[in-house]
Amino acid sequence: MTGDGGVVGRWAHRICPTTGLKVHTQADRLIRAHAVVATVSLLIGGIAAILVLLTRWQAVHLLDAVWFYRILTVHGMNMLIFFIIFFEMAILIFAGPVLLNCRVPAVKTTWAGFGLMVVGMLMVEWMMWTGQADVLFTSYVPLRAEPPFYLGVILFAVGALITTAVFMATLVVAKREKTYEGSVPLVTYGGITAAIIAIITLVHGAAIYIPTFLWSIGVMNVDPQIYRLVWWGLGHSSQQINVAAMVAVWYMLGGLTVGAVVLNEKVSRTAFVLYIGFISMASAHHLLVDPGFGPAWKIWNTSYFMYMAVLASMVHGFTVPAGMEMGMRLRGFTQGLFGWLRKAPWGDPGFSALVFSVTVFGFVGGITGVTFGTEQINIIAHNTLRIPGHFHATVVSGTAMAFMGVTYYVIPLIFRKRIAFFKLAKIQPYLFAGGMLVFSMAMTFAGTFGVPRRHWDVTFQGAAYTVEYSPAVDLLLAITAIGGLIAALGGGIYILVTVVSVFFGKPLPAGREAEFADSIPQGLLSQPWAQIPKTEEEPESPWKIGPVPGTMVLVFIFLAAFITYYFANWKLLSFAWKVG
Amino acid sequence: MHHTGFESAQGVWWKPAHKSEKIWVAIAFAWCMVLFAMMPLWHLRGGQNPSGIRARVEPVAFQDRVNEFVAEYGVTDANGSQVLENGIPVVQPPPGSDVYMMGRMWAWTPVLFLEKNAQYTLHLSSFDVNHGFNLYPFNVNFQVVPGYDYGLRVTPTQEGEFRIVCNEFCGIGHHLMIGRIFVEDTGLPAPGSEGGAQ
Ligand code: HEM
Ligand SMILES: [Cu+2]
Ligand SMILES: [Cu+2]
Repeated sequence: MTGDGGVVGRWAHRICPTTGLKVHTQADRLIRAHAVVATVSLLIGGIAAILVLLTRWQAVHLLDAVWFYRILTVHGMNMLIFFIIFFEMAILIFAGPVLLNCRVPAVKTTWAGFGLMVVGMLMVEWMMWTGQADVLFTSYVPLRAEPPFYLGVILFAVGALITTAVFMATLVVAKREKTYEGSVPLVTYGGITAAIIAIITLVHGAAIYIPTFLWSIGVMNVDPQIYRLVWWGLGHSSQQINVAAMVAVWYMLGGLTVGAVVLNEKVSRTAFVLYIGFISMASAHHLLVDPGFGPAWKIWNTSYFMYMAVLASMVHGFTVPAGMEMGMRLRGFTQGLFGWLRKAPWGDPGFSALVFSVTVFGFVGGITGVTFGTEQINIIAHNTLRIPGHFHATVVSGTAMAFMGVTYYVIPLIFRKRIAFFKLAKIQPYLFAGGMLVFSMAMTFAGTFGVPRRHWDVTFQGAAYTVEYSPAVDLLLAITAIGGLIAALGGGIYILVTVVSVFFGKPLPAGREAEFADSIPQGLLSQPWAQIPKTEEEPESPWKIGPVPGTMVLVFIFLAAFITYYFANWKLLSFAWKVG
Repeated sequence: MHHTGFESAQGVWWKPAHKSEKIWVAIAFAWCMVLFAMMPLWHLRGGQNPSGIRARVEPVAFQDRVNEFVAEYGVTDANGSQVLENGIPVVQPPPGSDVYMMGRMWAWTPVLFLEKNAQYTLHLSSFDVNHGFNLYPFNVNFQVVPGYDYGLRVTPTQEGEFRIVCNEFCGIGHHLMIGRIFVEDTGLPAPGSEGGAQ
């Protein structure tokens, strides 16, 4: 612990030498504990990813069928559930107590929540690795896992619910104790959004896993279609937690790395509210070609009330780069349309991670997601490789990449350590997001040929009939594997860097940041957020389209790509058999 | 006052948005409306919709329907006995008829012989767990859920050999679960490309 620590104001804390925030010692410890378990899950999920990847690459076909489905279950649970949610709990503790200058209001309760999450996770791991839960992470009823699997998920969810409730309590306490002035920061506002969605999501989780647990011990019936409906109320809503948390991290990283400003609080906050409004409808786009629901229900729900959540993402996709451009321009990088981008700190892993997260999420994840989530287009996408292709671009090169990027700031700020192997850390986002970009695009294209997801052998050896995909599919699966391996290397570097920094890293003495330019990201040295003129004045612009011309150009390129891909898919659909 | 996203917003922050922000929000909103309108529009004008006739059905009852269907339209050999392919009955229903297809760990029953450009009501259901109907090589996908009958009005618009690949994980034999549909061109005229489908 460094800085002017103390127990002033009743709770043990330190003063962050970079930001001047009062950091509760318990907040430090809680963030650390959640981050460590998140990293362990990432490691397990990452090893599973390589094994699954090398099996789907037909030329290698590493695992046998039993272990392929087993390890695929392990990959989905560890990545999507354990890694992401433990990390999000750490973000909530950061966006609450730390950013609001406040104590953790219920320390013991928060630790209890953490404990429940760990116990739940261990139960699930035990069931999966011993072959008692070969049901994939969706566990569609009536496929059956042993009861402790469902119980583990329930405990994990209850733990997460507790930590989320403590975050909400922090808001009340901080307000009452007047630990901040004005309105909560936008990043915290994003955190609140994520927390509200988390509560709604976890309620769906309880609504499905408790009956399913009871079904698994034989005391209740669960309808397979209702299961899919409610399960995706959990499964997709939780993706909206990821999106909200990721966007909050975007605003955070923008400020830290290039002094990004908030263009307009009203616009950004309204966009966050749009995420909350329609969240329970999210389940629908997994059920577009299901027998249980009619067209009106499908259209209304898959569009989240006429695409209002898509609108929200398109707004953030504009305001985040626009805030970066404006921040750069305010600090004097005014040259041309894209001078601010050319002069940006590309060697700062926080910055490159941010840029990749925004662009890959938008251009690949967002466009494919909206397209495949269209009622009819889903006919040519459902359960093909197009789906994992899509969501690795959202939750992996989007959310996970943003979380990784912010870690490079959390290590010096929270852990007070220098970054180990900083040169490797600098290239890490390029490997991870670049590899994932190749991976998800190749996978999406392979899916266009109808290649199924979650499938051990697409050469169908030993099946009753032959199926032979176009030779392009072999090539695409090989490219998928190579992209995935590059990304896995990036993931491995991330784990190496964070583990070595946190546990064996050299301390970062307060106030001596300038001496360690070779081992901490540049934002902490130049503190761009502190150099923004504290005025209302806007940077001068020779362009008629306002103070952020570069961003305007970029978003129109995005829109053109979106329109092209969207209508190309309608065209593709029109070649299929007539069905209605 | 300019500030970052991690600083508390001070004073009056609900001021009017920038012009460029307004432009983008308006364009994005208009695009969202296009996205929304396309779906009902395709129901009116397009030929591929996942609507179908939907009903609940007990797995055993559905199995009975499949058996009746095989008994009625099954292909028989010279001795009058049902033709089997890999142990699965082969069926040739007339155009316009109701066709029943059941997924069961790990086979699709029956094998179908259909006519190009004829319309059938293809009823899909499962006897046990979820399965996935994926038509190879034309990539048409539907979820097959036990307890539910999904009656899709299907018109094969290409002739030739087709496969049904199961694309929902259904246990250890999942990757072996393949069915067969054969479509013959009997000279029926192509359906109008516009309208008709729900
Ligand atoms: C280097 C990184 C990664 C690689 C190479 C990778 C690779 C893969 C592969 C090959 C599949 C199997 C696709 C299929 O057969 O259907 C898969 C599935 C999946 N991955 Fe990843 N992945 C990576 C990271 C992640 C991360 C970080 C997450 C979540 C945060 C994630 C979430 C998932 C999920 C949810 C599935 C679906 C599992 C299922 O269908 O049951 N992956 N991944
Ligand atoms: Cu199956
Ligand atoms: Cu299957």
